Amino acid sequence: MGHSSGKSYINEEPGLLSWFTSLDHKRIAILYFVAVMTFFLIGGIMALLLRLELFAPNTAPNVGQILKNGDAYNQVLTYHGAIMVFMVIIPGIPAILGNFFLPLQIGAKDVAFPRLNLASWYIFMIGAGLAVATFFNSKIDTGWTFYTPYSIRTGTSVVMMVVAAFIMGMSSILTGLNFIVTVHKLRAPGMTMFRMPLFTWAIYSTAILQVLATPVLGITLLLLTMERLFGVGIFDPKLGGDPVLFQHFFWFYSHPAVYIMILPAMGIISELITTYSKKTIFGYTAIAYSSIGIAAVSFFVWGHHMFVSGQSELAGVLFSFITMLVGVPTAIKMFNWLATLYKGSIEFRAPMLFALGFLFLFAIGGVTGIILAVTAVDVHFHDTYFVVAHFHYVMVGGTLMAIMGGFYHWFPKMFGKMYNDTTARISWVFIFIGFNVTFFPQFILGAMGMPRRYFDYIPEYETLNKISTVGSWMIAIGFLFGLYTIIRGLTSGEKAPPNPWGSKTLEWQTESPPTMHNFDHDPIVTAGPYEYK
Amino acid sequence: MINGVEVASHFRDPAHQYASNKEGIWLFMVTEILMFGGLFVGYIINHTIYPEVFAEGASYLDWHMGFVNTLVLIFSSLTMALGIYFNQISKPKWATWSLAITVLCGAIFMVIKYFEYTHKFHLGIFPGRMINPERMAEEGHPMQHANLGLYFGFYYCMTGLHGLHVLIGMGLITWVMIRNIKGEFSPKYYTPIEGIGIFWHIVDLIWIFLFPLLYLVG
Repeated sequence: MGHSSGKSYINEEPGLLSWFTSLDHKRIAILYFVAVMTFFLIGGIMALLLRLELFAPNTAPNVGQILKNGDAYNQVLTYHGAIMVFMVIIPGIPAILGNFFLPLQIGAKDVAFPRLNLASWYIFMIGAGLAVATFFNSKIDTGWTFYTPYSIRTGTSVVMMVVAAFIMGMSSILTGLNFIVTVHKLRAPGMTMFRMPLFTWAIYSTAILQVLATPVLGITLLLLTMERLFGVGIFDPKLGGDPVLFQHFFWFYSHPAVYIMILPAMGIISELITTYSKKTIFGYTAIAYSSIGIAAVSFFVWGHHMFVSGQSELAGVLFSFITMLVGVPTAIKMFNWLATLYKGSIEFRAPMLFALGFLFLFAIGGVTGIILAVTAVDVHFHDTYFVVAHFHYVMVGGTLMAIMGGFYHWFPKMFGKMYNDTTARISWVFIFIGFNVTFFPQFILGAMGMPRRYFDYIPEYETLNKISTVGSWMIAIGFLFGLYTIIRGLTSGEKAPPNPWGSKTLEWQTESPPTMHNFDHDPIVTAGPYEYK
Repeated sequence: MINGVEVASHFRDPAHQYASNKEGIWLFMVTEILMFGGLFVGYIINHTIYPEVFAEGASYLDWHMGFVNTLVLIFSSLTMALGIYFNQISKPKWATWSLAITVLCGAIFMVIKYFEYTHKFHLGIFPGRMINPERMAEEGHPMQHANLGLYFGFYYCMTGLHGLHVLIGMGLITWVMIRNIKGEFSPKYYTPIEGIGIFWHIVDLIWIFLFPLLYLVG
């Protein structure tokens, strides 16, 4: 398998069972890969169901009402959100690609705490299992945000779901902690902080967010559990408590969590743009610092989720300004990527197409974020499809495009085989066009005032909703092509050389796939990560 | 084995491994503090809005008991530190005794807490909607403010979560104590005791903030 002795992390320990006890960071990454892909499939089917329901107003013949009733819609909506956020996008890049490549990129043999790393996977799976189990208990219908007081009153298995989210949060904390210590302590000789690849920088910034923000979600969910079990009253207005406090706590975590989702994606984009332009990245230091900058600012913007919650006007104004401030480090990244492309020898391989798709979609997602940060506008757009379109442009158009690009980019390294670039590019065409067809109309629907989270709408919204639903089918076809590409690559891909893309970062200097100990000789680093020309 | 210490293959030497482990523990402590931070913020906000409710609630707490518990925990922090110190100077038996006393202090703390809780249950004082005004009136302590339950929501959540940490700490200390008896530690290697020690000190520290907030601030 590429390696002279034929030994790699894949076959060094025999037997399927050995995968579940292995402390190797690469194997644990594969465990996450399988789990997250499964959840992505489930969450995706939920999304298709939602779009199918919204294909036409409920009064329309035949295609009108697909789901049994509004409750069923609320449940599908909740599971789509909760699965995609807690079980796909948050663990997606850090736990899969981060786990696999962070140690490789800094020339380490493993993460700092390998046993903790495996434990994190088990903890994640326990939480995920519990979350899925609620589906067979009594399906929850609160939305993924579990807003009080509804989440206190609804007769569905909120406690189980909330405990599941708490457990998955714990896994996220431990993974982040592991990565921070790994970056601080396990860099190879000569690998200074400012010689680290930008993907590692992004995972590092994300890890800081995971460690600092998730505990607040932990206590919030714990209090919600206590609220339901014992009625402690802290979030219950009937007992003198304050449901808005729940929103503050929740978004104090969940806004940084948005950056837990997007920062690693930005890291991938940095790698892809520079590799497939064959050009040194423009503004390395600025990109590295902007990751930290985004992480820092992200703690002070949570109030923009609550502009209409009755918080004080002063708070609204401050949160509005600070939210716009996030645009600065983000724009720094965008312009540095564009400057890297300038006069580069651009190769339009599938990963590069996903990276370019990211630039386009994330720009739209980011700019509409600034629009929503304007309080006067937000009052109009709040809880409409404009918001839905905005965050899907960031989360799907941004993060998911980056995940796909990253998978293709690192596929040869992870599995030692090449994928078929043609089918990968076809998958990109469907996903990119399908995505815009699905979500661009939602901006218009939102501006027309269509509220989110409803399972029916007035006839005026019908055409755009139809277009949107057709788009969701195109995305599905795109991902089927992606799945086909991955399976074909795994079963009959050509043997991959150690460095098929001529990349300069450290993970490409070892065999494909790497051996258990990553490097045959401990690497000594003498230069930065992107010395192209 | 390097220098008489088991070193995992991805670390250079015992010092490298020790520094990494310690950083991991400290980062974990940051998450503990942030988690309790949520409770403290909620407490402060509600205390500001309902000072009279919180004053009434605090009047049901016996500061003597809280004070004794504070002393017990501070003393246990000392014995915990001694558990490390005696290993550093090669007196593992003394270290075992120090750890045993630490666990004992934890137990004393929990017993006192148990008496405090059961006394309140007896008076009908429960958190939130479970508070029982009729029972309180029968016991000669009629409830003054309608949302007194909110104060006890905080009281039980804060002390309950802290108590859970004390129990976990006692379990962990017992675990390193057994390992210490087995002779697994030496002046060169005592990382688990130190890590759990840091955890124990943080748990004590959180109590040192809980005590004045709940018992003393009227």
